[in-house]
Amino acid sequence: MSTEIGKFKAGSPMSDTLRMDRMPHIWCPGCGIGSEVNSFADAVKRSGIDPKKLVVVSGIGCTGRVAGYVNFDSIHTTHGRAIPVATGVKLANPELTVVVFSGEGDLAGIGGNHLIHAARRNMDLVVICNNNFTYGMTGGQVTPTTPNSAVASTTPYGNYEYPFSLPFLVDAAGATYIARWTSMHSRNVTQSIEEALLRKGFSFIEIISPCPTLYLRRNRLGDGVDQLQNYQDNSILKHGCDTRETAIDYQGKIVIGKFVEKNKPTYLEGVDKCCVKLVGDDYQLYGKTIPEREAEEKAEKERIAARRAAMAAAEAQEQAVAAKPRKTSAPAVKKAPAMAAKTKFQSKVMPAKQALAGTKKAPAKAAAAPKAAKKVAAKAKAKPVKKAATKAVKKASAKKVAPKAPAKAAKKAASKGTVKTKAAPKKTRK
Amino acid sequence: MKTVTADPKGVDSGPHFMDGDHALAEGALAAGCRFFAGYPITPSTETAERFAERAPEVGALFIQMEDELASIAALIGAAWAGQKCMTVTCGPGFSLMVENLGLAAMTETPMVIANVQRGGPSTGLPTLTAQQDMMQAKWGPHGDNAIIALSPDSPQECFDLTVEAFNLSEYYRVPVIILTDETVGHMHEKVVIPPADQIKVVPRNNYSGPKEDCRPYKFDSQGGHPMVRAGDGYNFHITGLTHNEKGYPVMTVEQSKKVVTHLMEKINGNADDIIRLDEDQVDGADVVVVSYGITSRIAVKAIQDARKEGIKVGSLRLITIWPFCEKRIREISAKVKAIVVPEINYGQMVLEVERSAAGRCKVISVNHCGGAVHDPQVILDAIRKAIQ
Repeated sequence: MSTEIGKFKAGSPMSDTLRMDRMPHIWCPGCGIGSEVNSFADAVKRSGIDPKKLVVVSGIGCTGRVAGYVNFDSIHTTHGRAIPVATGVKLANPELTVVVFSGEGDLAGIGGNHLIHAARRNMDLVVICNNNFTYGMTGGQVTPTTPNSAVASTTPYGNYEYPFSLPFLVDAAGATYIARWTSMHSRNVTQSIEEALLRKGFSFIEIISPCPTLYLRRNRLGDGVDQLQNYQDNSILKHGCDTRETAIDYQGKIVIGKFVEKNKPTYLEGVDKCCVKLVGDDYQLYGKTIPEREAEEKAEKERIAARRAAMAAAEAQEQAVAAKPRKTSAPAVKKAPAMAAKTKFQSKVMPAKQALAGTKKAPAKAAAAPKAAKKVAAKAKAKPVKKAATKAVKKASAKKVAPKAPAKAAKKAASKGTVKTKAAPKKTRK
Repeated sequence: MKTVTADPKGVDSGPHFMDGDHALAEGALAAGCRFFAGYPITPSTETAERFAERAPEVGALFIQMEDELASIAALIGAAWAGQKCMTVTCGPGFSLMVENLGLAAMTETPMVIANVQRGGPSTGLPTLTAQQDMMQAKWGPHGDNAIIALSPDSPQECFDLTVEAFNLSEYYRVPVIILTDETVGHMHEKVVIPPADQIKVVPRNNYSGPKEDCRPYKFDSQGGHPMVRAGDGYNFHITGLTHNEKGYPVMTVEQSKKVVTHLMEKINGNADDIIRLDEDQVDGADVVVVSYGITSRIAVKAIQDARKEGIKVGSLRLITIWPFCEKRIREISAKVKAIVVPEINYGQMVLEVERSAAGRCKVISVNHCGGAVHDPQVILDAIRKAIQ
């Protein structure tokens, strides 16, 4: 095994973002955390942020080990205290991008108070919560999100408590970005993390994830793949969904999507506003005035934009090269969305029909759908790459968006920003 | 210890009439502390209030966290992001803080925590004085670890010792606890804050060498090692798990020996450099009163009265509580008839005195269950008894 790992070390595309000298990791086969970390690493790369200015903070538990494996400044704290430690990091150096990566027991159980207060303050943090309904590290005990009636080692006759719906909880507390996916929705997870990394304020991303060793085994739900099948069958995509409707019943429907995205001054912006009124324009925090800090922030934003533009250009070129031999590049692009939505898992394991069917349609077309399309269109405009507009179409017409809508109509609608998109998954990656 | 002069921005030089709690905040600002996370609890709250009031003009940041668990956790984050940081609390809050006091000790994170003691156990005696958390400061967190604790006896010393606490904390990379009490905390006295160029502070020492040589830790039982700052590109990792010098978890018998030995010895092995005592007529004394904090000022009256009666009494005031001055007590115990230990608890530091004296002289505990200071007469009676 160790020699195999040695091989992996040399050519891994992850070797920049993972501490390869710490492999192999402790996570079980079929666990969702590995793919989440993969998505996270990818999101960091795609976001264009300076990895030197990224700090990852974890608590205790299986997900708590993430900090120990990612090759950024990383802090593995005590149980439940990842958010206050991250708060200290962010406030002591506002230039840093701070991510909390932990489990639901850590964040919503022992650390629940910190979670709601960081949300209330709109502390500028990205919180990624792996929710597998179980305390994995200690052997499968009931957590604050374990669905009613599920079996855990401390609820051997079924859970008689009521679980938290985390999106609802953090929404009520004041979070300004809330998304939920399952660990099967890797690309959506990547996209959400990327968005969160680039925005200000308290962002909360919940990822429903299988724990085959404990939760699935105790409840006789099969292995990790079976649970991914369950996610496939039972996920309902509902962007902008009222978070009151996001509760998860035992093996029931899982509402996924981006539920909340709004702007509100962050904690530090509040501090600045108050202090500048008090002290005047020469107010300084840690020796830097507000204009100085703003200039630095602007410069950093420009560097990020440049990195993103370079990546987009490289990607476009790569695609052009890949598309050439076919000669029919235009239709290929239009057909691509259906293929694009396939995860590796789907293409390998699932029957093609199911894979194409993708996530089930939301029963009601989400009110936020046009908004999402607008955003896509707006984003496309902002992009320096010329082909951005067609990209947006591709995005907007991707499978999960509107499977039945003709590509042409989608293109037209996207340009007007009125298409009823339900999701905008990232385009195919290799 | 390499020192520089204080940043004048944080130094409110000149004579003041202020209480001990406010002096703690001024000491922190003078020492270069620019991050304070706290939670209100009587009788320590005034320190947080003072810091919050002064923060905007100094360019510091104050945040009131949701509880004491979060307050000390935020300090750990802030320290690794490059700031000198502080929090204050008292017994009930300190009990919550011991969780991450352990993490701070394990990750060798510099920070200053002031415990303005009040009577316990539990909610106990809010607003009434005590010295009941002396042992908790040392033994609070689970597992073997060593911290430094200082005990001021006046608002002036609250200022002075806070500066010193930061210096020790930065040099030894260890949490330093200021064990004061409600009486000193709420006592208004003259406090003279010297000009900035007369205040010596140990600056934060951040690693700046090549990335491949970067190690957050060095297990050599010494202080003086640099911190690594988040955002400097070293991709450091720290954990509460038993770790190697790179910060990576290594949970073995051998590694535990290295880590624990280092944590204990960097403090206990350097005790002679750390410990500060205030002695008065100890040489040639028949009885020595060992006291600290507000009790040492009560003891002065008893000592003066005893001397008037012709009893040779010396005074040893503990400025440094932990590490304990066992060497000095051992020396004294060989020369005197008795050591008298008044303290506002049921007998805590007296246990250390007894251990160090090891039967060479009598050790008399003058305990008090909290809520007030001693009646000097009680201490005088103990001195008289000691001489018989």
